[in-house]
Amino acid sequence: MWDSTVVKMIAEGTLVTLYMTLVSTLAAYVLGLPMGIILVVTAKDGLRPNKLIYKTLDFIVNIVRSVPFLILLILVIPLTRAIVGKAYGPTATIVPLVLAAAPFIARMVESSLLEVDKGVIEAAQSMGAGLWTIIWKVLLGEARTSLIVGATIVLGTVLGYSSMAGIVGGGGLGDIAIQYGYYRYQADIMWVTVILLVVLVQIMQVFGTRLSKKLDKRTR
Amino acid sequence: MEPIIQIQNVTKTFTGKDNQVEALKGISLDIEKGDIYGIIGMSGAGKSTLVRCLNFLEKPTTGTVLIENQDLSAMSEKELRKTRTEIAMIFQHFNLLMQRNVLDNVCFPMEIVGVKKADARKRAMELLEIVGLKEKAKSYPAQLSGGQKQRVAIARALANNPKILLCDEATSALDPTTTKSILQLLKQINRDFGITIVIITHEMAVVQEICSHVAIIDNGELAESGTVEEVFTSPKTAAAKKLVFMVNPQATEMRGKRCIRIVFSENSSFEPVIANMVLECKAPVNILLADTKDIGGIAHGQMILQLPEDETAAAKMIHYLQERKLTVEEVDSYVG
Repeated sequence: MWDSTVVKMIAEGTLVTLYMTLVSTLAAYVLGLPMGIILVVTAKDGLRPNKLIYKTLDFIVNIVRSVPFLILLILVIPLTRAIVGKAYGPTATIVPLVLAAAPFIARMVESSLLEVDKGVIEAAQSMGAGLWTIIWKVLLGEARTSLIVGATIVLGTVLGYSSMAGIVGGGGLGDIAIQYGYYRYQADIMWVTVILLVVLVQIMQVFGTRLSKKLDKRTR
Repeated sequence: MEPIIQIQNVTKTFTGKDNQVEALKGISLDIEKGDIYGIIGMSGAGKSTLVRCLNFLEKPTTGTVLIENQDLSAMSEKELRKTRTEIAMIFQHFNLLMQRNVLDNVCFPMEIVGVKKADARKRAMELLEIVGLKEKAKSYPAQLSGGQKQRVAIARALANNPKILLCDEATSALDPTTTKSILQLLKQINRDFGITIVIITHEMAVVQEICSHVAIIDNGELAESGTVEEVFTSPKTAAAKKLVFMVNPQATEMRGKRCIRIVFSENSSFEPVIANMVLECKAPVNILLADTKDIGGIAHGQMILQLPEDETAAAKMIHYLQERKLTVEEVDSYVG
């Protein structure tokens, strides 16, 4: 049964999983990064305190974060259909993945940026730096290693979520594991996909940690 | 001469959840161009809040601050940011960008005002030369000592040719030798570039070392201000005396006996005044505190002496010291 069709299927599944994970993470950062920045900036002791914006965003993030991904996946099917045109397959899976990952990213970014020394922000203000300069060069610049570590965690989580989407025909390695391992009792195929998933997470983790270490100038 | 900084009746109240803290209670102070102005006070006196009012990092609750006759409270956000580029600031914990090397840290304020990268780098190297850290340009702050970090911060502060340099406890995290070298650097900057310097500190030694003027802040109020010599020689308020004497707690055991404080300001350091006095009066004295130094052959500083119980000998000693043009005052009232 380990003929070329199966091998090809697994190879394709791996690529599909990577596609879903990377595209979703990227898109989710487009939403989540600004959300995290806004949370930090509008917080009570932030650069531009704004109770209304902060509370609203904080509430939305909490709500979406507390919905289990599998439920979210099903809840947003109408939205997925409206955007992609169908509710199954890798591209369709990206919609719930982005929705689930964005608030998660917002929290990761928020906590990374809060680690930046308030004194350095104050120093930038004393030099006449504006809000954008402080966000770009001080907050993001100083928090970069923490942000990269965060992104690594996000990638791992999104990869896990994308596998869950296999339940509703999301495609990728998770889908294959469920189709063959669960419905057809072909444990060997399931094990191969699980090992591949583990390897993918490992690669991301090692790469992310190396990159953040390389960019961190605070030690030595 | 026009004051470069005018602090006009500044108050600052911080409102907490269920309490209000009055950090500044109506402070007015003029700082002249070219001064090295010390603002000294115990911790919690409000001096850090005051210095942040000078560049509006803290906006005063009432009152205002004028920089070169320009009212900071009347400025738009944009004007204020432009003014801030002329008021540099250094901090107790240096506040350097940890992910940038020394050169890029010095370039940072120039990036803010839009200096071309090549020009900024050139100027940054010149500044690093001034602070003596040219060879560390490619190092990161984490690889530097405290004193070196403060030198980088000073170079960074000078980048946009400021008119004023604010120092918030800039030497408080440094050891005495490093403190001295940083203070010398500040003095040199004041002399060479004519930058007005405002120094916030809790150490009288810092003020003595380089300041021309001093203001004493106590509990959010201006207790006393004037030239360092005036305030140091004859402190009037309790807060000033406390800071000037910095009394050894053990001195309280001497209560009930006559103590005098002597201020040296014009005597030759080659003349052994105290020893001669003891020989002349033939009675011992107890030196409770001595903090004097030789500056160009002139003795500067102060001593607190416990006089002998014999009233005649004590009177003779005071007379002897006064004859030698030393400022002498009885201090038994303040002890404790």
